[in-house]
Formats: sequence, structure tokens, C-alpha cells
Amino acid sequence: MRKIKSAADLEKWREDILSKQESDEVVVSVCGGTGCHAYGCKKVRDGFAKEIKKNGDAQKIRLKFTGCRGFCERGPIVTIQPQGIFYQKVQEQDVSAILSETVAKGKILERLLYEDAVTKRKLVSEKEIPFYTAQHRLVMGNNGLIEPTKIEDYIGIGGYQALAKALFDMQPKQIIDEMKASGLRGRGGAGFPTGKKWEDCRNAPGKIKYIVCNCDEGDPGAYMDRSVLEGNPHSVLEGMIIGAYAIGGSHGYIYVRHEYPLACKNAETAITQVRKAGLLGKNILGSGFDFDVEIAKGGGAFVCGESTALIASIEGKVGEPRSKQVHTANRGLWDKPTNLNNVETWANVPLIINKGSQWFSSIGTEKSKGTKIFSLVGKVKNTGLVEVPMGITLKKIIFDIGGGQQDGRRIKAVQTGGPSGGCIPASLFDLPVDFDSLTQAGSMMGSGGMIVMDEGTCMVDVAKYFVHFLQEESCGKCLPCREGLKRMGEILDRITEGKGNDEDLSLLEELAEVVADTSLCGLGKTAPNPVLSALRYFRSEFEAHIHQKRCPAAVCTPLIRYSISEADCTGCGACAKICPTQAIKGEKKQNHLILAEICSKCGSCMDVCKANAVMVQ
Amino acid sequence: MDLKSVDLIVDKYQEKRTALISILHDVQDRYKYLPDEALKMVASRLHMDINQIYGVATFYKSFSLVPKGKHSVTLCLGTACHVRGGPKILRELKGLLHVEPGQTTADRQFSLNVVNCLGVCAIGPVMMVDRKFYGEMNPIRARRIIEKINQNKKNDKRNGVRS
Repeated sequence: MRKIKSAADLEKWREDILSKQESDEVVVSVCGGTGCHAYGCKKVRDGFAKEIKKNGDAQKIRLKFTGCRGFCERGPIVTIQPQGIFYQKVQEQDVSAILSETVAKGKILERLLYEDAVTKRKLVSEKEIPFYTAQHRLVMGNNGLIEPTKIEDYIGIGGYQALAKALFDMQPKQIIDEMKASGLRGRGGAGFPTGKKWEDCRNAPGKIKYIVCNCDEGDPGAYMDRSVLEGNPHSVLEGMIIGAYAIGGSHGYIYVRHEYPLACKNAETAITQVRKAGLLGKNILGSGFDFDVEIAKGGGAFVCGESTALIASIEGKVGEPRSKQVHTANRGLWDKPTNLNNVETWANVPLIINKGSQWFSSIGTEKSKGTKIFSLVGKVKNTGLVEVPMGITLKKIIFDIGGGQQDGRRIKAVQTGGPSGGCIPASLFDLPVDFDSLTQAGSMMGSGGMIVMDEGTCMVDVAKYFVHFLQEESCGKCLPCREGLKRMGEILDRITEGKGNDEDLSLLEELAEVVADTSLCGLGKTAPNPVLSALRYFRSEFEAHIHQKRCPAAVCTPLIRYSISEADCTGCGACAKICPTQAIKGEKKQNHLILAEICSKCGSCMDVCKANAVMVQ
Repeated sequence: MDLKSVDLIVDKYQEKRTALISILHDVQDRYKYLPDEALKMVASRLHMDINQIYGVATFYKSFSLVPKGKHSVTLCLGTACHVRGGPKILRELKGLLHVEPGQTTADRQFSLNVVNCLGVCAIGPVMMVDRKFYGEMNPIRARRIIEKINQNKKNDKRNGVRS
């Protein structure tokens, strides 16, 4: 790799890379995000590599193994450029047909195209698919164009140009002013203005300052940060180097969850590459500025997403948070001023420096600027990562992009903000998605998890799930969080077992208030949100559990009963065969019956019954 | 126990105390758990109190102080998998293997783990057996997967293949 010693060198490198890309070549990109890996995309990619090698130089084909494309529901995804053909659910056996038909002859394989759910029309390009049309993919968009492990790909699309601009055309103070003017707020959840954070750290006394990237993405059902770091690690690094220059940082850390092996690997590769290229380390781009980055791995503790706990973890200690009376901007890592931002925040920085704060602040709402990536999951048709401008309504995300309900059951709520957030009912789906509206509704933006729930989801069970989750993940340092959550969990257990009473609800609310008011860190302070929002919008479900000893969504095991409808049972015997406790009796071709006292309520009979004769209530 | 690897791992991180978590990850990758002897050695090499090492090793969920089974069965119970029926699968697995999450079966064949999110929500509920993903799970499919591994083991025994 060549050593880049100046901004002119960088520009020259880019021109060389672009000149090598031949105009008549076909680019076949296979999505290599973790989601597609679960579907077997590695085999598809290897299949292409083998076939292309076998065919020799007959045609100029460039194969790319890109980062996450977002539409995880339809993986493995393969795109063909320059035609812009979008193939979904591609398997190894489709490879030869794609090469011999589409690539060689330009013929489109209908069976691999996405079919519009409403019009039933087969759509050829990504640009036509409703999942993508309503999105505004500033940060995620490049994932499909570059191979994360090839720095040349990133340089080719203008990578590190923002860094050159920052180092040679801007003063640190100017960069901070630009960040402040852009209105960018932290994408990790709390939404603190990024420029202000940088300024505080820059003004903090001390010679040594640290820059940290938080990729301890612990919210269940959220994987945006992983996809950005995994699919475009250089954009995060570029943001960090610019930040370090503006703040005066000399050393940086990327704290990654140990559960994200591919993100760790791609980030490590990227760091080695930029170091070799002279864009990281001593005298970056010949500017005299020194900065280096290394990776720190987490150990599977949710609380380490909290800034002070994360810092303790980088220091090799137990990840317990501390009081924030003195901000990390003044005293963070090893008691030195430290600036910590989330992956998505860092990835936005090069965009703002390149295109200017005015452009950035033209996207979004008055107080929430830019775009936000959400992980749209749960009971929704199109699961995946969506990047939308701030201010878009929940309805648009869930129905236009997400395609609405998954299996015929009405959507009743969406959970945002992970375990610190809350459930927003369908009646409020016209709410614009921005930091302040979501907080007002009793939830929060959080890092971007969006879990859709339908009539088959019990809101009491969801509240119980989050409380148990947080109880398990509480570090145990402060009493309100450690004990309060345990007691809240016990009350919710009682209610879902049909042993609750009226007093339980007021006790639950009182406890929630105390935990929120008196906990030490963000985990405890926001822990009651899922319970309080469920009580605020779905109180009747709690009351049904308490008064009628009934779970309306038929989820809470002690309160439900399986039975077989006499009218619908065909006597096929599939249910009796699958039942693990032999609780189903009946002769062949006769009505079958479930013995309630032996039934373990696993629901397997319902899953196998072709006549839909098994009922649960 | 051969502790030479522990030495090499600590060397790799230049005896830095701040690299403790990374060191423990590497030790666990090598031995599949954190053996007592290895932890003592890490403590002595880093000039740290063994209690501090235990503190870190027990705080973070990734680490295990007991040996793991031959097959690891990991069930995702992230919110998306939870609302799609994950808890039913957990009940089935607990009944089938007679262990609680975090435990290993008496015959050391299976370790059952529950995680908060594997980040492959599109195919939830998700189960991972020995690093292979199984999507759109339900109790019946989970039971079949476990039974198949058990069946393969029996066949191997009959055919004289040593496991």
C-alpha cells in the first residue's frame, strides 16, 4: 500500500483507483452482513468466485462482498451494476444462472426479483422497492457500494476527503462550530448535542485527551451500529480522526461487543490499513497531527453501554458506572478528558464536514437534524435496517417501509428505545419520530431499536420481559436499581400468574418512580419506562390479568388453556403425535381432545394443525 | 494442565493490566473456559490480586469458570425473538436437556445458553447450535435438532467412531 503524505497524494490515489475501474465491467455485489451470513451468503459468494474463475477473462466481472444492505428479511441479497438489478433470497444453486443469463446476456431472472405485496408486480431495481424508496440512506447507503475490507473502495467513493479538508482548510474551532451548527445530536440514545460535547472536551484542561467510539450495542433487537462498523468501518474511523483533531485527542478506542466478531475483524483490518496508508498514527497526511486508535472488546455486559461503565471496562475493570457530577469530558478514561460518541454519530461526521452544516441541518426537524437508522423488527413484514430523515411518522416507517402486519394480526404497538424506552400504541402512529416527540410520549429515541407488536403480544409480558432483562443486567452497585427492579419483577410475575391484586398496580407505579428518581446511572433511571408506558397505554391488559385472570393476547402460560374445536378437527392425529406430554387423546378420524391437567402449553399442536382447529384462550 | 499458552497470551498484551478483558477472552478461546490455574497465572503475571481477576471474570457474561459441553445451544431471547415466541422454545429446551440456561448437561454433551440478541431478527426466533444459525424456530423444530444430534452420536458410537 502506498503511503499518503499530503492531500494532493490522497487525491492522486483516488484518481488512480478510479482510472483502474473499467467502464464496461459488471459489478456483482453479495451482501455479507451478519444477517445474510445466517442465510448462507458465504456459500453464494464462494460460488460466484469459483464460477467467475472458471469462466476466465471472457467478461470483466468484479465481485464484491459488501456490508449489510438493510433488507435482512430478503437475504441473501445480490445486486448487479451498472444495470442496478436487485436479486433477493439468492441461493448457491442460483449462481450459475445469474452469471450465464443476467451477467452474460442481460436477461432478468424473474424468480429472484422482489414482488410488491400490493400490486404483485415484480420489481427489478432497488429504487422501485417500497422498502427502500421512503428511506434516505446517508450513512447506510455506501454499504452496498464498497467492500469493507478494501480501503481502495472507500477512497474511490471520496473517503478521507473530509479528513483532508478538516486538517488543511479548517481550524479545530471551526470544525466544532460546524458541528454545532449542523445540529447533530448523539445517536446512542440520549441525544446530547455533539458539537457541544466536543467543545466541552476541547476546553477541558489537560494535555492528554481520549476519543472513544461506543459500539457496545446492547439493546435487544437493535443492530444498526454493528452494520455500520461492519459494513463501512472507514467512515467511523474518519469521523474519529476528525473529532480527535478538533478536540485535541491523541489516542482513541473503539469499544466493540465481543458478540460482534465480524465488526471487530473489519474494524481491525480498517485500522491496520489506514495506519499503513499514513492516515492514522504519526504526522497524519503530513499535517503534523498525531492520533492512533485501537480496539477494546467488551465482555457481554449491557451496562457497559453507559459511558462511565464503558470507560471502566476499557481500563480492564468491572464495568460499574460512577456518578456523573464530574463529566467524562473533564475526567474520563484514566481520569483524563474523554470524548465518547456512538458509532452512528461518528459516521455522520465526514458527511457534515464534506457537505457542510447547512446541508445537514436542512434534513430533519427543528430540533432533530439529519437521519436516523432504525432496526425495524418483531411482528412486521419487512424486517431490516431502515435509515429515515428525522420527523418521519411511525406510520410511514411501520406500514410504508415495513409493509405492515406480518401474519394477519393487527399491529397494536411499537417499542422504541430498547429497555430504556417504552411502548407507543397504534393510536399515536402519526407521531413524528424525533428525540423530543418520542420522549413526550413516554418512550425515547434510544439507539434505534423499533420492535413492532401485534395482538398476539401481551403488554404485561413485555413489561415483565424488560424488567427481568434489566434486573439481570443491573451491575448491582446502587440499591434502587438492584432491589427495586427485583421487586418490580416479582410483582409482574404475580400478575402474569393470575395472582395479582389492585394494590399491585399502585405499588408498581410507586416503585417505578423511586427507581427512576434515585438510581445512579442511566440504566436505573430509565428502567421503569417500559412498565410506566405499558401502564399508561395498556392498563386494561393489566386489569384483565388481575380481575378476570385472563391474558387477552393468550401469552401468559398460567392463564391460558389450549382446546380443540370439534367443528374443525379432522382427526388426522398430527397433534397427538407431536405432543411432548401425550396430553392429546382421540381415535383416527375422530375428534381429538386436550387433557388440560397434563398439557404443558407448548403450543406445538397449534403449530402442526392444518385445519386450524386448535384454539387458545 | 499446560499453561504455556497463558504465558504467550499475556506476552502478546505486554502484561498490560488494562488488557485484562482481552486476555481473558483469549484464554477462554484457548481452553473453552477459564480454568483456575490459568486465572492464577494471569494474576501473578499481571501482579494483580486473584480476587480482582475473579471479580472481572464473574462480572462479564462472556466468561465461564466451568467447562462447557461438547455442543453449545444458544437461544436468542432479544425482544424481537421474545415477541415471536422465544420463551416457548426455552421451556422446550429446558425440559429436553434438564438444565437451566448457563448450565451443561450431566453427560457434558450440551451447554444451554440464552443471549439478549444475536442481531439476526429477520429470521427470529433464532437458535444457534455450534455457531450454525437456525431461524424461524418453534418448540417442535428445536426438539428435532437436539434429537438429531443425539441420534448422530448414537450412530457414531455404533459405528465405532470416537466422539
